[in-house]
Amino acid sequence: MSEAPVRVTDGCTGCGACLTACPFGAIEARDGKAFITEACRACGQCVDACPVGAIEVRTSGAVALEDYKGVMVYAEQRKGRVHPVSYELLGKAQELAAQLREPVYAVIVGGGIKAGAEELLRRGADKVFVYDHPALETFRDDPYTDLLAQCCRDERPSIFIIGATSVGRSLGPRVAARLKTGLTADCTSLDIDPETGLLRQTRPAYGGNIMATIITPNGRPQMATVRYKMFPEAKRVEKPRGALVNKAVDMKAIRDRVKVVGFDEAKEEVSITEADIVVSGGLGLGDPKGFQLIKQLADVLGGAVGASRPTVDEGWIDYRHQVGLSGRTVRPQVYVACGISGAVQHQAGMKTSDVIIAVNKDREAPIFKISSLGVVGDLYEVVPRLVERIKESGKSA
Amino acid sequence: MGEGLNIVVCIKQVPETTEVQFDEETGRLKREGVAAVINPFDEYAIEEALRLREKHGGAVKVITMGPPWAADALRDAIAMGADEGWLATDRVFGGADTWATSLTLSKCIERMGPCDLIICGLKTTDGDTGQTGPEMAEHLGMAHACYVSEIKEIKDRRVTLRRNLDEGVETLEAPLPLLITVGKDINQPRLATLRGRLKAKKAEIREITNKDLGLDPKEIGLDGSFTRVVKLFEPTVHEAGEVVEGSVDELVDAIMRKLEECKVV
Repeated sequence: MSEAPVRVTDGCTGCGACLTACPFGAIEARDGKAFITEACRACGQCVDACPVGAIEVRTSGAVALEDYKGVMVYAEQRKGRVHPVSYELLGKAQELAAQLREPVYAVIVGGGIKAGAEELLRRGADKVFVYDHPALETFRDDPYTDLLAQCCRDERPSIFIIGATSVGRSLGPRVAARLKTGLTADCTSLDIDPETGLLRQTRPAYGGNIMATIITPNGRPQMATVRYKMFPEAKRVEKPRGALVNKAVDMKAIRDRVKVVGFDEAKEEVSITEADIVVSGGLGLGDPKGFQLIKQLADVLGGAVGASRPTVDEGWIDYRHQVGLSGRTVRPQVYVACGISGAVQHQAGMKTSDVIIAVNKDREAPIFKISSLGVVGDLYEVVPRLVERIKESGKSA
Repeated sequence: MGEGLNIVVCIKQVPETTEVQFDEETGRLKREGVAAVINPFDEYAIEEALRLREKHGGAVKVITMGPPWAADALRDAIAMGADEGWLATDRVFGGADTWATSLTLSKCIERMGPCDLIICGLKTTDGDTGQTGPEMAEHLGMAHACYVSEIKEIKDRRVTLRRNLDEGVETLEAPLPLLITVGKDINQPRLATLRGRLKAKKAEIREITNKDLGLDPKEIGLDGSFTRVVKLFEPTVHEAGEVVEGSVDELVDAIMRKLEECKVV
């Protein structure tokens, strides 16, 4: 680019705050005002540092779309362990990239993450950009935003997808705003429009009552956060074709305002998003004690306990068990819904399960419309007998 | 800066129910006849601001962007106890995605005087994105923390707070100015008092139009939005499988067969 993407307006008072703020030494004082040199990398630090708002990121002119190539996945990690949603995204990214004939990238930020980065190669990334520094071990929005924005500016991917985890949904908007591009939240499906080559981002809206397909025609990268458990994980290959690209990290040039001073890990017997079998209870239990029965069935099957939103709202069970649009999305091999009528909001969180078995007294319950097996009956009769039969089969977990 | 905390709460007026009617012909939502309320999460944001003002002093300013009748949401907030209501309203603001909305709101906040803390609900029940808060923080150059469940302390312009992540609860220490988003576990919002309602009825709502902001119309509203909705449709319903009725033994047999098919028993 010939023109600096950052511009100093007439409001500049020549105070010099931006000179010290610039991590790249790209600002000089000329004629008593700030001057942006070629070294500018449009990180935006000066924009924030300027006390009078006299520096702005140049907004005129659309981005040159053809300069952006590659489908990039943000690989979220915690303590070096890559979050499985990243493998799901890598699977999807390979599909999208094949259609576009573009490379697949992953970017990982953390401390001591070499093993994680190598695993990303085995999951099919052509290049893995690695920001590895001890000071980056714990997630913080500030430094992670700086580095991801930097990576996108360096590599210019056409698509950048992020898992819609609690971290991803905090980080994604910050990066998108920094890059001046669109972001679609919490997508459940992604595909490429064969005519325009644009990413079609589909997500539930209005509490799951409506699906919306969204495009980002003029911003790059096209960014989306994507729900966990929507796609199968990328298959593992033993001989990866891709390469690691180690990126320099200069902590002094990175903003880092929020300190993590403590962490209480959630106690979960079996995490519902990871479980192969989920047994869920709804208002049909009639009573919070009903969850003891649900737990018995989950235990003999080696599964986790899920719940519908109304039971959580009633205080019968902790929010962490909630399956549905405002809770977790699960995609187990088998989902057993007991006394759950199956509102669309609940369906949004479980309908991609491989097999759905529903037990409900009401023959007209909507859950039967999406069940592989619908059982019309009283769960207080069916479930205890079922628990016995599984124990008798000698194969209970 | 004055005494106490200058708090801005961002709210949105949303349809009371998400049970939307859908017009297949036009591909649009039918919005007529649905009552509008304050986005439920935003009530927790207002409540938290009021509690902080009670503890630290200062002022609570509430802002929303929307059509002129969105002023009703501001009056509800004033009835709860907020000091000022600000309405960003202009035709050119309309049709904005989260990028354009957050840009417009952040420019408004810059005009509303000193600001130490911005509180937003963690998402709205209609758009359901949760993006506008963190995007605003970026536009304003502020640090942010999402999903805050407790503000433990504010001292020497540093905030100690707890926030929910998928894996557990994190304790953070952040500087002011700061933007936070809050969920339903942070407090129990108060109900408006009669006196509050009377005050709200008479309160002045301060309007901000683009004449005040002077933003390039290409940067805001529909034109400034990077995302475009190209299709709305009803979610697909999965094909129903077999539905069995009968004695308890027959029902349990059916389930056992299915579980055996799946090789889980």
